[in-house]
Amino acid sequence: MAVYLVYTLVPLAWLLISATKTQQDLLSTSGLAFGGTFALFDNIGQTFTHDNGIFLRWLGNTLLYVVVGAGGATALATAAGYGLAKYRFRGRRAVFAVLLGAIAIPGTALAVPTFLMFSNLGLTNTPWAIIIPSLVSPFGLYLVWTYTTEAVPDELLEAARIDGAGELRIFFTVTLRLLAPGVVTVALFAVVSTWNNYFLPLIMLSEPDWYPLTVGLNQWSAQASGVGAQPIYHLVITGSVVTIVPLVIAFLLLQRFWQSGLTAGSVKQ
Amino acid sequence: MSPTRRSRQVAVVLATALATALSACSSGGDGGTTPGGATGTQDAVDAALRDGGEITYWSWTPSAKAQVEAFQQEFPNVKVNHVNAGTGNDHYTKLQNAIKAGSGAPDVAQVEYQALPQFALTGSLVDLGQYGFNAFEDDYTPSTWNSVKVGGGLFGLPQDSGPMALFYNKALFDQHGITVPKTWTEYVEAARKLHAADPTKFITSDTGDAGFATSMIWQAGGKPFTTDGKSVKIDLQDEGAKKWTATWDRLVEEKLVSSIPGWSDAWYKALGDGTIATLATGAWMPGVLESSVPGGAGKWAVAPMPTYDGGAPVTAENGGGGQSVLKQSAKPALAAAFVRWLNNGNGVKPFLESGGFPATKADLGSSAFKDEASPYFGGQQVNQVLTAAAGQVVPGWSYLPYQLYANSIFNDTVGKSYADATGLDPGLTDWQKALVDYGNQQGFTVNG
Repeated sequence: MAVYLVYTLVPLAWLLISATKTQQDLLSTSGLAFGGTFALFDNIGQTFTHDNGIFLRWLGNTLLYVVVGAGGATALATAAGYGLAKYRFRGRRAVFAVLLGAIAIPGTALAVPTFLMFSNLGLTNTPWAIIIPSLVSPFGLYLVWTYTTEAVPDELLEAARIDGAGELRIFFTVTLRLLAPGVVTVALFAVVSTWNNYFLPLIMLSEPDWYPLTVGLNQWSAQASGVGAQPIYHLVITGSVVTIVPLVIAFLLLQRFWQSGLTAGSVKQ
Repeated sequence: MSPTRRSRQVAVVLATALATALSACSSGGDGGTTPGGATGTQDAVDAALRDGGEITYWSWTPSAKAQVEAFQQEFPNVKVNHVNAGTGNDHYTKLQNAIKAGSGAPDVAQVEYQALPQFALTGSLVDLGQYGFNAFEDDYTPSTWNSVKVGGGLFGLPQDSGPMALFYNKALFDQHGITVPKTWTEYVEAARKLHAADPTKFITSDTGDAGFATSMIWQAGGKPFTTDGKSVKIDLQDEGAKKWTATWDRLVEEKLVSSIPGWSDAWYKALGDGTIATLATGAWMPGVLESSVPGGAGKWAVAPMPTYDGGAPVTAENGGGGQSVLKQSAKPALAAAFVRWLNNGNGVKPFLESGGFPATKADLGSSAFKDEASPYFGGQQVNQVLTAAAGQVVPGWSYLPYQLYANSIFNDTVGKSYADATGLDPGLTDWQKALVDYGNQQGFTVNG
């Protein structure tokens, strides 16, 4: 446990401490000690103003990709997962097999074919190139499917049907409430993966104005190498801190739902 | 994400893209792949410049912004969209992807010398000979001109050059009574002496860098890569390569080189506090030291590269590149005009002002450039050493037509030799084997 704590907390401590240093101190003082000057606020200011404030633009892009992409992915996964769990239709088993297969393929492997496809459609170098692939979350769908089978009794749906509720009404008023913890879990996974998405935007986008934070920060970091190098490690580090803050907040706010979601179906009631 | 994982991903993309690009050009006839040294006149370029228009330029060099601004002031009817699409491999991955996809490539792109053959041989670049740019040959140093000529075609104009020199921490050398090494044998002795006097100090840092290794083999007289059309020969055990490994093995095996990875924050720190005492690197390094290693001010100095025999100074190029016009460009003549202005016109000035090291003979030879005393280097006229090096580059070097891929797998092969502190030759042999296999898979006929 202690080892685990050290392992997880030391990098975070290093990041937070480093964010308070100037570029000079960063290169001249030890990693886990504070530098001569406390430059956190300076650094934050510089991070947001460097290169005409492009960091703010990247933050906005990331938010756009997360809200539309991860939000859409959650909605689609919920509807599809529920449908797959509760309705009987031809080819259902085939859909399920494809789904399980899709979970097994790493996104990185799909990136190049996706790029070529999007390039044919003329969609590379636009936000759609990031949003559309983010909308698909096989793992989320699978989670919702599992959760639905456990948390939504068929009897309840039949009772609602007998009471005269339509399928849409059942979904929105009955099912969604029962599924809330599961949906939050899926949303969290989708938000984190979209927020941290690196490889797809890296190859899809060439215009820095559309970069998400991950690719943008890496571009700042890459400036430190080679001919004409201009290291701005202090801004990369401060930018990283600013980047993880919204994720931390999201986890804290949704933690309650998330925990109850993870244990669902684990015991027989 | 760890750097190795990322570089592997990049390698995968480069590999896929190159494979498809090569097959695309072989199926599409031989038109683009065998430039016959086209000749022409610059009239079309001048006309395009008069007509004006809009072009896109991908570059990550720090001087690009100032250059684009200066160009647009001079030619208000031309609009240049400058895009920093990424640094190094990211830039090339995107370029290769756009080429493969058939759209989305810029009109003009920055391409380093090590990457140029790959793009030129896949028929992705415009042969500037068709605009009469071969007339500029005498304006550039032979080594940089040789770097933009591939298979008889001219696929760019050189912007900067990186003739290698030995940058050393003079204050540290003086403190321990070490003289500047003139031969690599003396360099190894200096390394031993320094490390014995102060075990926290190392003569240099090297964890296995493909660019450095190839430059060192180049300086030692090695010519491991030869390409003739689609047939490639690789010999990473030639005389030059062995000469280098014999020296470098001693440093690696005796753990006299630091394992701080290059360009990391720890590396910059180590350059400032003397942990790393020397760097054998390109002539563009003074600008980097000045702007990013303030702690080293007044301590560093420059000397010619050590040699193997102590005779006439010889060196190699490390880094450097120029700009090329992409085949995909809808306005190749205007794009060529921009490239001409960048590297054979008023564009050189903003480049020099931002601390760049030129490839043009006129700038290298001007006394204003040569005799400038650098305060960072304690008043030393560093450019005298560096411009002299530009004329001492071993001729006849060439890179692989898939050098980007080669560099990306360097650490999987030669990197192991560094990590285990065993000899470098087995690592180089592994690298060669991987490169032969890869090249054959890509449609080259590779012998090694």
